[in-house]
Amino acid sequence: MIDARRLVLWHFWIACGAFVAALLLGEWQMVVRSPLHAWLENPEHYYRSVTEHGSIMGYVFPTLIAMGFGYAICELSLKQALVGLKWAWASLWLVVAGAAVASVTVASGRASVLYTFYPPLIGNAFYYIGIVLVVVGSWIWVALLAINLRAWRKQHPAEKVPLPMFANLAGALLWGWTAVGAAVEILFQILPVALGFKSQIDAGLARVLFSWTLHAIVYFWLMPAYIAYYTIVPRAIGARLYSDTMARLSFAMFLVFAMPIGIHHLFADPMVGSGIKIMHTLFTAMVAVPTFLTIFTIAASVELAGRLRGGQGLLGWLKALPWDNPAMLAIAFSFIMLGLGGAGGLINMSYQLDATIHNTQWITGHFHLIFGGAIVIMYFVIAYDLWPTLTGHEFASLSLLRTQLWLWFVGMLILTLPWHLAGLLGMPRRMAYYDYTTAVNAPTAWTVVVSVIGGALLVLSGVLFLYNLATARASQQSQPAYRFAEAAHEVDRVPLALNGFGVWFALMIALTLVNYGFPIWQLMQRQTSNVPAVYVGGAE
Amino acid sequence: MNRIGLWGVLGTLALALIGGVFGFFVLPRTQDSSLSPWAAWCSALGITTQSFAVGPPATNSTASEITLTHELLGPPRPDDIGRGATLALQCSMCHGPTGISVANTPNLAGQYSTVIYKELRDFKSRARSNAIMNAMANTLTDEAMRQIAYYYASLPKLHEAHPLADAPDIVKWGAPSRNVAPCGSCHGDIDHILAGPWLAGEPGAYIRAQLVAFANGERSNDINGQMRAMARGLTAAEIEQTALYYAGNAK
Repeated sequence: MIDARRLVLWHFWIACGAFVAALLLGEWQMVVRSPLHAWLENPEHYYRSVTEHGSIMGYVFPTLIAMGFGYAICELSLKQALVGLKWAWASLWLVVAGAAVASVTVASGRASVLYTFYPPLIGNAFYYIGIVLVVVGSWIWVALLAINLRAWRKQHPAEKVPLPMFANLAGALLWGWTAVGAAVEILFQILPVALGFKSQIDAGLARVLFSWTLHAIVYFWLMPAYIAYYTIVPRAIGARLYSDTMARLSFAMFLVFAMPIGIHHLFADPMVGSGIKIMHTLFTAMVAVPTFLTIFTIAASVELAGRLRGGQGLLGWLKALPWDNPAMLAIAFSFIMLGLGGAGGLINMSYQLDATIHNTQWITGHFHLIFGGAIVIMYFVIAYDLWPTLTGHEFASLSLLRTQLWLWFVGMLILTLPWHLAGLLGMPRRMAYYDYTTAVNAPTAWTVVVSVIGGALLVLSGVLFLYNLATARASQQSQPAYRFAEAAHEVDRVPLALNGFGVWFALMIALTLVNYGFPIWQLMQRQTSNVPAVYVGGAE
Repeated sequence: MNRIGLWGVLGTLALALIGGVFGFFVLPRTQDSSLSPWAAWCSALGITTQSFAVGPPATNSTASEITLTHELLGPPRPDDIGRGATLALQCSMCHGPTGISVANTPNLAGQYSTVIYKELRDFKSRARSNAIMNAMANTLTDEAMRQIAYYYASLPKLHEAHPLADAPDIVKWGAPSRNVAPCGSCHGDIDHILAGPWLAGEPGAYIRAQLVAFANGERSNDINGQMRAMARGLTAAEIEQTALYYAGNAK
């Protein structure tokens, strides 16, 4: 049992409620731009929905999951009461208040600028202020995790930092630094225009600053999923983590390489030089290293489980795995989606290949598969795994949990695979409607209809997820103490560099300066991409 | 810092160095072997010597000299509208005493002030050509143009809303596969943008003539060629539907 369980539960409930609401919006969007629905008379309604869907799914939901899970890890792995509980509550309400302010502004049609802002589009200032509150709230969480670890270290000077907390802090530090780009963009570029102090905005600089946040934010979303891979799944399936050192090395590398790579989102943008783009491509490719380390380490851990259960031979251990265990199912699904999405990602990060799919529906399909698929399915696992400890309740039926995960997996593939194809056929993204009667668009029509069906399965799965959490009932037996996965070969000490983040954090900041310093300085000097603001939602 | 940390730093530095050599020297010079190492470095950073030398593309037409911003006009001073009314007497012969035209010239009543001001400036600078309006605008001072704009903006519109439900597809939805945006997304009811005139109730003959002029490039004072790009993508039937719809004669 943990002291801060009410805090963690509130994070999860709010996150999951918002998640299902945003899921419904997503499916509505898929329907109205499919051939099944007549064109919307007012495309603004579509963009309004996209903005809300993206803001919840991109900012609110993963941030609350990372925060709630982060606090839980803090108590469960450090085995001490959370330091700064009041601050943690304050940060939660700051995030919730920010999300509410932003959502009301979007819902009233005053900020249909999409969650990526896209200057020179300028919406109502309250939308951006809401997002800033969400970010500031999450920064309090970053500080709290660092403070908690420091308190623990004072008590345990000679011990190694537990792996879950080590990984937790990697995610927090990554987020703390990567959010700076969008924060600078909002505070110094967008808000002065939205509040009426200026009427021009440097769209090129804004895009570069947003790219600072835009790619690494995906790794911030990913961190809870990776923490679950390493510290929940092996224990849940009755095995041990194959290598603690590899886990630490992966998280350190994610911290370094996830950050200075965002300009691969700007391959088609003229205001950044090709050399800079090559540097970003190179470091994007480096992310494959910690990803493969993870896949090998986790696959080895899973193999341990299979062999411990009597699996023999080259592939026999696969059959012996506990497939009725939701965590086992989820990790398999997550890896399949990560593999498909990662292969697509290799295309996106390649300068020349990107040209064929840039700004097409392929991209939208890609990030739904990676984030909505590989990552979110692990959020489900985190919730399911922590629930008994947080609530003292247990799930009435594991088969409903399995059904939910199956629905999510199958739904996500049916949603995103045709979506990728639509992009290859040249269907552009960010449009409210498509004329499927023309020869150019006709071949994409069926793909969108199939995606609508996939989306419907996801809605079912999302609702079932809430149902599963809500119907867990008080357990007859007392819950055993929560524990994270143990390493196959536990060691008392780890190398200094893998017990803290000093060197990796410094490296991340240095690489950011190398890869972003010049383009930002150059754009600020020349202001060649300064353009008049385009106000949306009746703002003027 | 121990061995792993040291290797981490050195490895990352080596990677950055390799990336730098390839990205800033080898690849630019593979693409253009005439580049000196310095020029290769500069071009890969995004500094090109040409970008400073190249001006706007040459055209035969005079470019509009006005940059539209939301602060361009600001709110009218107390006597602006009254003075504008007096100045507008010279406009009333064609645009009607209350800004409602009976002569297939545009209705000005209720038009956005920035729209009227911009067009007057463009007529004066010859960025927009019209035998009568060029002469009329020739004598107007900048202040007079502002006051006329405020005056017409203060009058009630002929139609406060478009009956969008009856609108032809091109007005409601545009032609996405031809990159034509819906007329209504800039000219009212779906949304409006700075310098996008309110079109409800404008004479059909006027709208038809302007769309044709934009399409064949005779009129070129639209910002960044936006209207020329839209009008070029329209079919003759769509131009007709648009003109009839805004004139209030749709169907």
